Formats: sequence, C-alpha cells, structure tokens
Amino acid sequence: MIKLEKRPQPSRKLSLATPLIAVFVTMIAGGLLFMALGKNPFEAIATIFWEPLFGEFAFYYRPQLLVKGGPLILIAIGLSLGFRAGIWNIGAEGQYIIGALCGAGVALAFYPMESFFIFPLMILAGALGGWAWAMIPALLKVKFGTNEILVSLMLVYVAEQLLASMSLGLMKNPQGFGFPGSRNLQEYPSAFNAELIAGTGMHWGVLFAFIAVIFAYVLLNRHILGFNIRLTGEAPRAARFAGVSPTRLVLFCLGTAGALAGLAGMFEVAGPSGQVSIDFNAGYGFTAIIVAFLGRLHPVGILLAGLLMALTYIGGEIAQSNMGLPAAAIQVFQGMLLFFLLALDLLTNYRIRFAVKGAA
Amino acid sequence: MKLTKILTSAVLATGLATAALADKTKVGFVYVGPVGDGGWTYEHDKGRLAVEEAYGDKVETVYVESVPEGPDSERVMTDMALKGADIIFTTSFGYMDPTINVAKKFPNVKFEHATGYKTAPNVSVYSARFYEGRAVQGTIAGHMTKSNVVGYIGSYPIPEVIRGINSAFIHARKVNPDVQFKIVWAYTWFDPAKEADAAKVLIEQGADVILQHTDSTAPQAAAQAAGNVVTFGQASDMSEYAPFPRVSSIIDDWAPYYIARVGAVMDGSWAESNTWHGIGDGMVGIGEISDAVPADVKAEALALKAALADGSYHSFTGPLKKQDGSDWLAEGETADDGTLAGMNFYVEGIEGDVPQ
Repeated sequence: MIKLEKRPQPSRKLSLATPLIAVFVTMIAGGLLFMALGKNPFEAIATIFWEPLFGEFAFYYRPQLLVKGGPLILIAIGLSLGFRAGIWNIGAEGQYIIGALCGAGVALAFYPMESFFIFPLMILAGALGGWAWAMIPALLKVKFGTNEILVSLMLVYVAEQLLASMSLGLMKNPQGFGFPGSRNLQEYPSAFNAELIAGTGMHWGVLFAFIAVIFAYVLLNRHILGFNIRLTGEAPRAARFAGVSPTRLVLFCLGTAGALAGLAGMFEVAGPSGQVSIDFNAGYGFTAIIVAFLGRLHPVGILLAGLLMALTYIGGEIAQSNMGLPAAAIQVFQGMLLFFLLALDLLTNYRIRFAVKGAA
Repeated sequence: MKLTKILTSAVLATGLATAALADKTKVGFVYVGPVGDGGWTYEHDKGRLAVEEAYGDKVETVYVESVPEGPDSERVMTDMALKGADIIFTTSFGYMDPTINVAKKFPNVKFEHATGYKTAPNVSVYSARFYEGRAVQGTIAGHMTKSNVVGYIGSYPIPEVIRGINSAFIHARKVNPDVQFKIVWAYTWFDPAKEADAAKVLIEQGADVILQHTDSTAPQAAAQAAGNVVTFGQASDMSEYAPFPRVSSIIDDWAPYYIARVGAVMDGSWAESNTWHGIGDGMVGIGEISDAVPADVKAEALALKAALADGSYHSFTGPLKKQDGSDWLAEGETADDGTLAGMNFYVEGIEGDVPQ
C-alpha cells in the first residue's frame, strides 16, 4: 500500500526549486519521447531551449519572446492575485477577447481620424471591457453564490461567439470583399501598437506586463490588500476573523484579472495581430493559467515562467520546421511541464509512505 | 549600438538566404491543421510530398503544422524565410495579412497564399473552384435523401463556404424540389469533437445526408454510427468510410500546382498571379461514386462533372434568385468571378441567414 503523508514543514528551498526540477525532468521525459519518434533527443531539446536564445537567428527570436510572453505575463499576473485568495478565474480567454473587441471598437469608430488621444482611449476601453466581462462572474458569485469557475469559463464561449459575430458583421472591413475580419490596425497609425524601439519586440503591452509585475510585487508584499489576499488563501477562517471582506476581495481579484486580460487582448489586436478576426484568440488566457502556477503565483516567478513558456512555443515551432517534429509532440512536451510541476509539488508537500498491510 | 548589431545580423541572414538559393530550392509550407487530419491539410501535405518526388534532391521542403492564424503564423513564416526558404505556401485564409506582412520584409522570397485575395509582387494567391464539386455533390444528395433534409456543416461564413452551400443547394433542388438544407456553423476548420457534435445535431433534426466543409473525418464517423446517413469526403477522399456512409467526395489536388510553382521559382519565371482552377484543370477531383448510389444517379452526376470540366455548363447558371427574392442571374446568364469571389448571400430557397 502506498500512502501519502503530509509533511509538517515543507522545505522552502525545495518549494522554490521545484519549477527548475520540473523543467529538468520534462527535458528528460521529452527527450525520451523525441527519441521514440526517431529524432535525436539532444538536438531536439537544444533546438527548443537554445536556438531561440543563442542560435543563428536569435536576433529575431529574442524580441519574439517578448511578443509571445508579454500577454501571458500580463494575464497571469492578474490571475495569480485571485488564485492566491482561492478565487478561480478560468475565463481570462474571454476577458482577453472582450478587451480586444472594445479596444478595436474604439479604434474603428474613429477611423480614419488621426489623433494622439485615440490610443490612450483604446487602452482604457480594453481594460474596461475585460473588467466588465469579469464582473459578470464576480457579481453573480457575490450576489447569488454561483461558482466563478463555471461562469467565467462558460463566458469564454460566449465571448468567442461575440468575436465571430463582430468579425462577420459590425467590425467587418468594408473594403474586404465580404471576407470576415476587421481593418488591419497596423495600417492605422493612431491606433497601431507599434514596437517602441524597432526590432526589440518591446510594444506597449510588454511594457505594461513589466509594470504589472512590479505593481503586483509591491501589492503583495507591502500593501494591506495584498496581505489580505494571501491571508484569505492560506487561512480563510483567520481572514474572516481579521475582518477581511470576501465580497470586496472577489470583486477586486476578478476585476483586476479581467482588466489585465482585457489590456493584453487590446495590445494584441492593435499590435502583433492587427485585426479582429474569428480566430483572433490563440489560447493566451488558458496558457496563462499554466504560467501563473509555473511561476508559483509569485510576480517574479510569473515573469520568468511567461518567458519560459514563450520559449517552448517558439522553440517548438523551430523544432517542427528544422527537425520535422510533429506539433502534437511539442504540445505533449508543454503539457509535461505542468504535469511534472504538479507532481513534484505533491512530493514537496507530502511524503510517500509504503505502509505494511494491516499495520495502519 | 545594439540596433546596429541587429541590423548587421539581419543583413547577414539575408545574405545567407540568397546563398542558399544557389544549390537547393527550399520550399516552406504552413498548415492550419495537423498533417494527419485526413482532409484539407493532409491534401496540402500530399502536394508537398509530390514536389519532393518531382524534383528529388533539387528541393528541400519544410513544414509546420497546426499553426494558429494570426501573429504565430507570421513568426513561422519569418522563421522559414530567415532560414532561406525560396517559396512559402501558406495554406489557410487566416494567414492572409501575416503573409503580406512577411512578404514585405523578404522581397526575394516568393509567397503563395491559398484562398485569399491580397496579392503583391512576391505574393500570389491560389484556390480551387470547390463549388463545382459541390454541384455534383448536391445532385447526388438531392437524389439520395429520403427525409428531404440535407445537413450542412459550415466552417466559417466566408464566401468560399457560402458558394459551396449555394452550389450544392441549387443542384439538390434541381433534382428534388422538396429538399431542405439545415446549416450548422462550427467556426473551426478542424475540431473533430465540434464537427461530430454538429453532425449528431443535424442527424437528430432529421438529416439523412450530411455535407461538410470542415476538415476532419469525425462527421463520417458520426454518420456511420447513426447507420443510414449519407456523407461525402471533404478535401480528401476519406475512402476509409466508403462505400457507405461516404458515397463520393471532393478531392483537392494541389500537387500539379505546387510542382509548377516550385518549378517556376527554379527557372526564374515565377510571377505574381491569381489562380482559380476547377474540375477541368484537375485541381478539384470527384472521388469515386460508390455502389451505394443508384446507377442512374451516378451517371447523372458523372455527366454533370463532364459538363463542368469541359466548360459547357457553369455551376451558377440562371435563372437564379437571391434568398430575398430579388433577381440575380437571368435565364442562361452565368455568374462572374468577381461576384463569386465575394459571395455573401444565399440563393432563393435556403432557410436561415448568413451569420453577421
């Protein structure tokens, strides 16, 4: 019989090291997988982790890491606040879509006027849109005690339908010959979220992600609200005795997560993506959940985890085109990362006992 | 300082790209689904393999599958161009703007975008007249349905898909005035679970013929499970479901086009173009009509196919009215390519609205 026994005092060092160990174990298991597919495992791992950073074309991939990692970090930071307090917003993908729609909506409403205030207005609209979409599960939870996991997740599909409707109807490019998709905002200077310094991948969204990391860090470590969040997650009863209002906390956590996800969507639609289209959302909202946990729900951890996740995406594509690895193998590889992290987490907090039958 | 370094390396990379041109011609393919989807992407990949076979060690092909439409595809294309691809085929509608963006950055690399409408000096577009195949399908479907309800799984309400629905409907009505179409939009090109659900919903609503404009074989499996439902292979033959439920199919044959275009890059004759080929040019094929179809229906379908191939008949020949009852084509008039390319209306008799 195998029994799990809770460790009285989980090692802090081990807890910090688990993400690194998880990455290492993933490399080994992934290497075995690639070997089973008849590819050189060392070459595959090197392609995924080394090539984007130090390979021949790193000058192109490094900025792309920011482009791909930026939205992940921005969304994951928002999610982590709620996750710490035991408030589970699974619908960041939906909030991301709505933020993009609101941001793009503002831009398209002003088209073709050129003015400095359009972009700030878009930022505001994007944040508000995401916030409002997150307020639906928040208010339902506060007022009627509904489950925010289900409501926020279901609202993703509603948002996807809305996105499809917008790309086919209201926001469709009038010069697009009847094809779906909006005008390309990259060709609309006042609305274009261009790189701040050409060739660096650094656009406003990436900057906002970095700022969000700093703010979250200060909030969690220096502010009473951050203390309340942590307290609620770790000891809900104690939090209640301390006078923490669960209602306020739910509204704050879901609202912030929604606003940040909305911002991420807005920066994406105005920048790298450029247009509202039916397939605009590429799963950032869901991947950000992995990023949040991989980063231990810690702002700095999330920053690193977001970049690591972006690395596996970009490296994975390179491995596909260079070595002919199937896309599914890359996805399995990414999945392993979360799997091993959770498994190792369990081993950090519990120890395995081989109990003798009948002795217990 | 750093920027200069980046630029220098960029120039260096372009230099490498041109150097690679000297020996092997490198061909890149960007796929929207997995190569094993059994439909759309599978056929494009067959085209890629045909290129390899035709030119042997004079070409090198690379591909990336399941690439999301949007910024990710832009990165995949850039990656291929950086590594010295001479020509890149981007095989889904949603790759249109990314293709144009990347093409601007790499004027020496040729791009071929499937099913789009934006061209540039180094970007060509190509597509197939799938609607001709739909006409043949509609004819068979109209004869085969007993419940007079034909289910149609649409992917996205874009002109290409709407053309297919109209063409199939017109020809089904021609042979069976009582036939009705029920259309479900899946909003995906490839999602076996969604496609299977759509097929089940249609079957529950009484459809005994299912046409699909999505890429997986899931609807075929759903029809097989239901027992007495007729299906057609989409994009690929899907012959593993023959002779029943799959009674015929539309096959996209990209191989001749791909071989020709890669050849044009090799001999330097490549130029911007807009290709739209049908049954006559061999880009659209009709998969074998199985014995589950009565002989006279089969003969009728094959006669229609022959007429479409030699150009004596056009799938959209008047008199035809739009859904709202307004006149579209007069007696004997045929639709022009411009109208077809941007088609966003149903013809008279189809129920429901094109999603807006």
